[in-house]
Amino acid sequence: MGEIPHLLVHDTTDNVGVVVVEGLTAGTDMLCVVTHDNTDFRLTAKADIPIGHKVALKDMAEGDTVMKYGEDIGKMIGAAEKGGHVHTQNCKTKRW
Amino acid sequence: MPLDATNVTVNAWRRENGRVGVRNHVLILPVDDISNAACEAVANNIKGTMAIPHAYGRLQFGADLDLHFRTIIGTGANPNVAAVVVIGIEPGWTKIIADGIRKTGKPVAEFSIEQNGDIATIAAASHQAKEFVHWATELQKEPCPVSDLWVSTKCGESDTTTGLSSCPTVGNMYDKLIPAGLYGCFGETSEITGAEHICEKRAANPEAAEKFMAIFKEYSENVIFANQTDDLSDSQPTKGNILGGLTTIEEKALGNLEKIGRECTYIDALQAAESPEKGPGLYFMDTSSAAAECVVLMAAAGYVIHTFPTGQGNVVGNPIVPVIKISGNPRTLRTMSEHIDVDVTGVLRRDMTIDQAGDSLIDMIIRTANGRNTAAEALGHREFSMTKLYRSA
Repeated sequence: MGEIPHLLVHDTTDNVGVVVVEGLTAGTDMLCVVTHDNTDFRLTAKADIPIGHKVALKDMAEGDTVMKYGEDIGKMIGAAEKGGHVHTQNCKTKRW
Repeated sequence: MPLDATNVTVNAWRRENGRVGVRNHVLILPVDDISNAACEAVANNIKGTMAIPHAYGRLQFGADLDLHFRTIIGTGANPNVAAVVVIGIEPGWTKIIADGIRKTGKPVAEFSIEQNGDIATIAAASHQAKEFVHWATELQKEPCPVSDLWVSTKCGESDTTTGLSSCPTVGNMYDKLIPAGLYGCFGETSEITGAEHICEKRAANPEAAEKFMAIFKEYSENVIFANQTDDLSDSQPTKGNILGGLTTIEEKALGNLEKIGRECTYIDALQAAESPEKGPGLYFMDTSSAAAECVVLMAAAGYVIHTFPTGQGNVVGNPIVPVIKISGNPRTLRTMSEHIDVDVTGVLRRDMTIDQAGDSLIDMIIRTANGRNTAAEALGHREFSMTKLYRSA
């Protein structure tokens, strides 16, 4: 068995991934795997991010659409740098 | 070697109406809240019976009363139940419920409290319950195809790991067992918000798609928009969902829909607690996303095993239906493993495929049908929360 991934991404068109290990710290060189096609890449975490929480795969600005599962899951209401934390502080549904 | 579930049998009870049950309960079922005390007294007198106390059943009317009857009758009629003692305050509604359950052909006895009092009612009902226990405990199990089971699903305390691991595990199980003749059921109307366009496309026919969209629009307009005091950001996703990393309802809904797999299509959209009548296949049911309410409604529709993906660790159970918990979150397995029946954390480590995870769930469904008590059963979780549509008269 090879290295355990730190981050899983559902789809090739997604701009966020999910931390799947506990205790991830800023500066970690993350192994990221796209579950759709099993491709992988590396990304440096810019913050301590809890398991289950999302990481920006590129620099994201207020108003950008957040893509996960290859679908629109909401909009940025603040910025996130590549490798930064994306959650309720900078992301929100477009519905309500 | 992949598991070929189509030829697998389980040892279970074949009921009078041909349905297969995986538990053999003798229920003491109250019609209404004020009959709970008598039912609990009977269940205390006669070992091997179970009372299901609940909060409602008085002065309900219209669609809300219909749902109450459907839920109570469906619970008694469920194939996991061998026989039922029904107790109500007065004979009218008590008879409606007892007669509804009798249509299955199983033994039912009814008692009402007015003009008898609790003590005489408890004595008479206890004698009858004892006879039912003697009878039910002699019923023999027989081999039944696994595809004769009705298996429902609903996830709870979801997080981002449910969409990656435990929900697609259920979806893989349905992709394998539905073509073999299984009845499946998913629901949670509010948790499809943001993925309703995808759910609409997963209908097997235009009628089912139309029924689903009508249910979804009715819910959005009459429940959410009519009652909201702010946006639903504190309720959907829940605080637990947000702690687990889910940010928006769309993100939660897309993970939720992973439970219906890649290939299954639903053949009908059911009202809450409505029994499926279009043959084997997958059904959508209009339910709340609250765990206990949803499992109760699916059990009342006749489902005998419930598969429950969880991320942050929902602990719900049901009085008559074994609830199988599936989790892929390594922190939840580390901190509360006593609640989890199927560990799919390997999916996140990439050392278990979704196909293998689906097989491990099918294996647990077979073991549960053969008699293994689930974590929720062993821990005594018997939540029976009824859905109420509006205030009583």
